[in-house]
Amino acid sequence: MVNAGDMNGSGNLMDFLDEPFPDVGTYEDFHTIDWLREKSRDTDHHRKITSKSKESIWEFIKSLLDAWSGWVVMLLIGLLAGTLAGVIDLAVDWMTDLKEGVCLSAFWYSHEQCCWTSNETTFDDRDKCPQWQKWSELLVSQSEGASAYILNYFLYIMWALCFAFLAVSLVRVFAPYACGSGIPEIKTILSGFIIRGYLGKWTLLIKTVTLVLVVSSGLSLGKEGPLVHVACCCGNFFSSLFSKYSKNEGKRREVLSAAAAAGVSVAFGAPIGGVLFSLEEVSYYFPLKTLWRSFFAALVAAFTLRSINPFGNSRLVLFYVEYHTPWYMAELFPFILLGVFGGLWGTLFIRCNIAWCRRRKTTRLGKYPVLEVIVITAITAIIAYPNPYTRRSTSELISELFNDCGALESSQLCDYINDPNMTRPVDDIPDRPAGPGVYTAMWQLALALVFKIVITIFTFGMKIPSGLFIPSMAVGAMAGRMVGIGVEQLAYHHHDWIIFRNWCRPGADCVTPGLYAMVGAAACLGGVTRMTVSLVVIMFELTGGLEYIVPLMAAAVTSKWVADAFGKEGIYEAHIHLNGYPFLDVKDEFTHRTLATDVMRPRRGEAPLSVLTQDSMTVEDVETLIKETDYNGFPVVVSKDSERLIGFAQRRELILAIKNARQRQDGVVSNSIVYFTEDPPELPPNSPHPLKLRRILNLSPFTVTDHTPMETVVDIFRKLGLRQCLVTRSGRLLGIITKKDVLRHMAQMANQDPESIMFN
Amino acid sequence: LCPGWEFLFPQASTMFARCTRKCASSVLLLVLLCCVLSPPAQARKSSEDIRCKCICPPYRNISGHIYNKNVSQKDCNCLHVVEPMPVPGNDVEAYCLLCECKYEERSTTTIKVIIIIYLSVVGALLLYMAFLVLVDPLIRKPDAYTQPLHNEEENEDARSLAAVPTPSGARANTVLERVEGAQQRWKRQVQEQRKTVFDRHKMLS
Repeated sequence: MVNAGDMNGSGNLMDFLDEPFPDVGTYEDFHTIDWLREKSRDTDHHRKITSKSKESIWEFIKSLLDAWSGWVVMLLIGLLAGTLAGVIDLAVDWMTDLKEGVCLSAFWYSHEQCCWTSNETTFDDRDKCPQWQKWSELLVSQSEGASAYILNYFLYIMWALCFAFLAVSLVRVFAPYACGSGIPEIKTILSGFIIRGYLGKWTLLIKTVTLVLVVSSGLSLGKEGPLVHVACCCGNFFSSLFSKYSKNEGKRREVLSAAAAAGVSVAFGAPIGGVLFSLEEVSYYFPLKTLWRSFFAALVAAFTLRSINPFGNSRLVLFYVEYHTPWYMAELFPFILLGVFGGLWGTLFIRCNIAWCRRRKTTRLGKYPVLEVIVITAITAIIAYPNPYTRRSTSELISELFNDCGALESSQLCDYINDPNMTRPVDDIPDRPAGPGVYTAMWQLALALVFKIVITIFTFGMKIPSGLFIPSMAVGAMAGRMVGIGVEQLAYHHHDWIIFRNWCRPGADCVTPGLYAMVGAAACLGGVTRMTVSLVVIMFELTGGLEYIVPLMAAAVTSKWVADAFGKEGIYEAHIHLNGYPFLDVKDEFTHRTLATDVMRPRRGEAPLSVLTQDSMTVEDVETLIKETDYNGFPVVVSKDSERLIGFAQRRELILAIKNARQRQDGVVSNSIVYFTEDPPELPPNSPHPLKLRRILNLSPFTVTDHTPMETVVDIFRKLGLRQCLVTRSGRLLGIITKKDVLRHMAQMANQDPESIMFN
Repeated sequence: LCPGWEFLFPQASTMFARCTRKCASSVLLLVLLCCVLSPPAQARKSSEDIRCKCICPPYRNISGHIYNKNVSQKDCNCLHVVEPMPVPGNDVEAYCLLCECKYEERSTTTIKVIIIIYLSVVGALLLYMAFLVLVDPLIRKPDAYTQPLHNEEENEDARSLAAVPTPSGARANTVLERVEGAQQRWKRQVQEQRKTVFDRHKMLS
């Protein structure tokens, strides 16, 4: 098998412009890989390197480089993922503020950076400084009044529309695969599916650029899911530089699992949480070697992001909290209530979002993606501007909700009635009655909560990069903060009630509303994604303390139970089902008592199985068979009478082998016999040269008997990553079960539409 | 490179030859990485980049105030930063207990470099998009619709069996033609992706 790329000797620089020559061993687009073959190829590669390493010093060095290439790839992935996350954070910071005003001294500063060195900030107006001006001040020299408000409002909407339109145009023109969250498709890719171009360089570039644009436009979406996609693109890019990973799809997926961990790590500043997220949510097979390497990649990424220091305080996430006030056992009751709310919201969101996405897929709504993005952005901007809690970016909102009110906060949420003679230090403020600012903040938060719940349903799934973590956390944080303030005021005004008497004395700091916001955020995120351990670890890495593990776990467990009572799927599994990806979930349990005969093809009444015979078919027969059917592979039997199984041949390899043979081998014509045995069969004289195709035959296909329970068959498919499995009885070939048949059968058993499984 | 290179190190030369194909595209990304990472490494702390910020709440009849000063981290406390002290000597300690001081630093060079690089990337993409959408269809000779639409659903394997394979030795000779070919291939790929995602809604719906 000659590789045409090597035909001209050493290639030159422009070789990468030429079309890659498909050779035997690569896979077609939208097909599943053969995990067992990839594993055996990797073992062969390793054995070859080890045996050659004893020959010379150069070979020994090559074997060392091969062993270390895994760690080098992890290092490079961490560096690039951290850098891109830093770029995204800084650019989002600047562009979000661009909607409201501009810094006159240096246009590349955001609001906070612009006022950094100013001496004119006062305690009450700590955001104002003369260098940063709103658009109304710049254009009409007015900063208060109705005309200034309307001008600011109008320009806010214009900037949001401009960013969103630019983003959707870039996605449409350059990289249509850059839309959506990315996590459902990455889950499918990691289970063995091939989607060419999904992790390519253009997708990486466009996803990074448009992610900044859509987050800055004020839409109700986050950047965590797309950051996982970006990190996996980096992983794909670096693994293509080393032949150990570029030629082996199974090993490449190990690198992608580690890259996904690095992606979550930079999104949340949570390396351990990132590794657990990759293990729990994204990866399919996660060998222990990958665990250590993922952790390394996540740490390098977090460290790179920290050195870029996008938020100016050496923190990796905008909403890092630093308080350590204790919580009390009686507060578990509102925490569990927040868990129930999270579970209910998760169910509601998944059902509504899937219904809306299905409508987008099947009706005329899907024909106008650009218009849809513009309309949703306009609605979001128009409704979000008047409410101060939705006007700012969602990360800032979460940050404010998570933070506890000290004596130094001047926001409306912290407008408590202070005792003027109080001289306690800043971190031990007792519970105080709420001032008018807090009541205003409460109903504004309630309106913002309803708005966010509704608009996120329509935003997630549009043709722009969109993540789900930040909006879910915002919904949970708003609900949690409102519950927290309610409990705090209840405890202050009724501290003689029996539920408060034991633990809350007047003058003490009992209730921390910021903690309720955190617990609410964890509950809502758990209700939507059904994450368990990884959610708790991410949240406690965000808060920097182990004190709050019990409330977080209580809320996460409750929300998962409540949400699972209504439906077993998280949002990502639901999107996988909506798109019909061939993903065999390891979490699904198959508990029906069907047998292999019930699922295998051909069924009763169908055409018999298309097989190849060992040595009695001509090249023309094989080509006709390939042209007339569209199966991915054909079993090879001894002869049509005795259907004893010899092996299995893949369609793509048959096509390539026959094409090569017609070009290169002499004497191979349409009448040549195709044989799969070691020695050519007995042929009459003057017959054309036979064609030996034994090297493309898989001599060890997996077989089960017809009475094997489907439970076992599904288990085999999952654990070994099979694509098809042959069914025999008494040694004779009866039929074939493919992964698609298994998925259709499972869908049928679960009363879903089996025709929704679309891909091969 | 010296002519004896290939004789002295045959394995190295073949390894590097095979590497250039992949390395060319990686060079671009690594250059970008270095461009972005080196400014923070080289940035010296200008006086604008560090500060100690003390926030003092209202106290008795004194209103709240924010104090900024350029001091190092060990001097970042109320006594060094709050100047002039608004309360008399015996009240200073009580006042300072209420104040909260934080040390912050930032890198203005990083911010400037990253924002300017980002804007130039967006600008370049905008120009290329304008070129592809507006200018390209005009300057290219309008190709006849090479295959009617329904042929797309035809069995691609049958076509590949029957088609005459292009001899791999006859590559386009000039660099420009190869760039053309690569660009055409990329456009076809993007069109295929666009059909899958936007038209047929087969993925990412």
